[in-house]
Amino acid sequence: MIISVASGKGGTGKTTVATNLAYSLKEKVQLLDCDVEAPNSHLFLNPEIEKKHLVNASVPKVDQAKCSLCKKCMDICRYGAIAVLGKTVMTFENLCHSCGGCFQVCPENAIVEKNRTLGTVESGHVNGISFIHGRLNIGQVMVPPIIREVRTFEKKNMVNIIDAPPGTSCPVIASVNHADVVLLVTEPTPFGLHDLKLAVKTVQALNVPHGLVINRVGIGDSAVEAFAKEHHLPVLMKIPFDKQIALVYSKGLLIAKELPEYKEKFIQLYKKTKELATKGN
Amino acid sequence: MKELVILSGKGGTGKTSLTAAFASIAKNILLCDTDVDAADLHLLMNPEINKTHDFIGGNEAVIDPDKCTQCGLCMELCRFNAVKDTFEIDLFNCEGCGVCYDLCPEKAIAFPRTVCGQWFISDTRFGPMVHARLGIAQENSGKLVSQVRQAAQKMAKTKNRDLIITDGPPGIGCPVIASIGQATALLLICEPTVSGLHDLKRVIELARHFKIPAMTCINKYDLNPKQTGTIKAFCEKTKIPVMGEIPFDPAFTKALVQGKTILEYDKESTTSRIVKEIWDKIYASSEMKSSLNHLFN
Repeated sequence: MIISVASGKGGTGKTTVATNLAYSLKEKVQLLDCDVEAPNSHLFLNPEIEKKHLVNASVPKVDQAKCSLCKKCMDICRYGAIAVLGKTVMTFENLCHSCGGCFQVCPENAIVEKNRTLGTVESGHVNGISFIHGRLNIGQVMVPPIIREVRTFEKKNMVNIIDAPPGTSCPVIASVNHADVVLLVTEPTPFGLHDLKLAVKTVQALNVPHGLVINRVGIGDSAVEAFAKEHHLPVLMKIPFDKQIALVYSKGLLIAKELPEYKEKFIQLYKKTKELATKGN
Repeated sequence: MKELVILSGKGGTGKTSLTAAFASIAKNILLCDTDVDAADLHLLMNPEINKTHDFIGGNEAVIDPDKCTQCGLCMELCRFNAVKDTFEIDLFNCEGCGVCYDLCPEKAIAFPRTVCGQWFISDTRFGPMVHARLGIAQENSGKLVSQVRQAAQKMAKTKNRDLIITDGPPGIGCPVIASIGQATALLLICEPTVSGLHDLKRVIELARHFKIPAMTCINKYDLNPKQTGTIKAFCEKTKIPVMGEIPFDPAFTKALVQGKTILEYDKESTTSRIVKEIWDKIYASSEMKSSLNHLFN
């Protein structure tokens, strides 16, 4: 099973839910941190990293001697990543999406694929939990290829918990698509509600069953709960606003470990999530 | 004209609440929201939209089943796994590269331009605002961010605004990089948690990589004073000035529920006073001394 933990708004508690869920379950669990721009799950689980590999994208390298300046590469590239300027071909690696179009159309075979490193994927274990995360290199922009690489570790016979990035665009799609169920973590504030609505539309477009976890209950208003009720969105867990929880989190500790009553609550969350994955919304 | 971009790495540290608070203090500004996939600043600014523009993000492939002979070339060429076994395009995977469209031997693939969102020019009680809404599950947020910032810079020039305050997206990837090019300075909002520091380090590295001056501000510092100390020590070591520390104050959320900034909610409160002092310090900082004007000469 694949459970993706997403949110729309940042800082609502995705990592808290993903890591505590992974910690609490007796089942064989994998945690896949797909928030490759700001990965935080490792700070709470402290896994021992055993393997590490680079995620590369292929970008064009032009052999100027073979090039006939026909401009076919420039014409097929929709990203402005290759251009014929005077008698040379310039490439702009940061704009390249690695679609391979230029390699295909070059009649002189003057373009070869060269690797550009986007980031790394690291994997390891902690207390029986398999851990995988991706890290985007500073200054790089292509996030989805790293997420796709992290997700190649998904295993059918395990509970795969994905810690997704915030937002609603391509990195989120890459982290949520083909999941069995999505937990949308939100907070009861106007920002939380606004971004929850966007997140719900996103998972509906992807046709994945979804339920809510409302975090920091008590901090704002009741509009999130009213929205959930109106749209028949199941609320699978509520976490109160509590300075003790905030303090445990701030230290990089797990609430299911430090405040033991939460362990059972996360087990219950898993039960409800599994049910939702089978029967749908 | 100058531009201050507010970032954090980690989401939910208070970028938007503080952008709005600074907007209510600063003079002669223009507001810009580049968190285009989860834009929230408008909830506090209540903008009156004067002009709406479609955002053409790119193109998407569409296979015509009548012309398609199912030769499989598109499937073989597509690096994004966007051609399904049924010879339909999976639009969530399609990156709009056009390779299938250009190389289909039957010319069975169309490649229409797609509207991926909207961007707006608005008026608010604190000055003009440029903001956007990326369509659901769309890509190219970096391109939309670039358009929003260009429009903001142009408008700030025509309206003689001295300063653009930009509410940026979380993370360090494509929309963040599009948000910071040629900015005067970055203000990094950090919370006193291990995640907050981890992500602050990454966004500081990004600022260094692109050679943009950065300063920080610690929000909710009293939730973990020890971690606040660790963050301040880190900032001192890396020579990133800390402009101030804001306490955890439920008034931020109460103000938000009423659609107000913290200063509008209670101008006399300790938190409001601290926020004002921080703004004055930011505005007078050496980081804010360079200028964007060279862009327009």
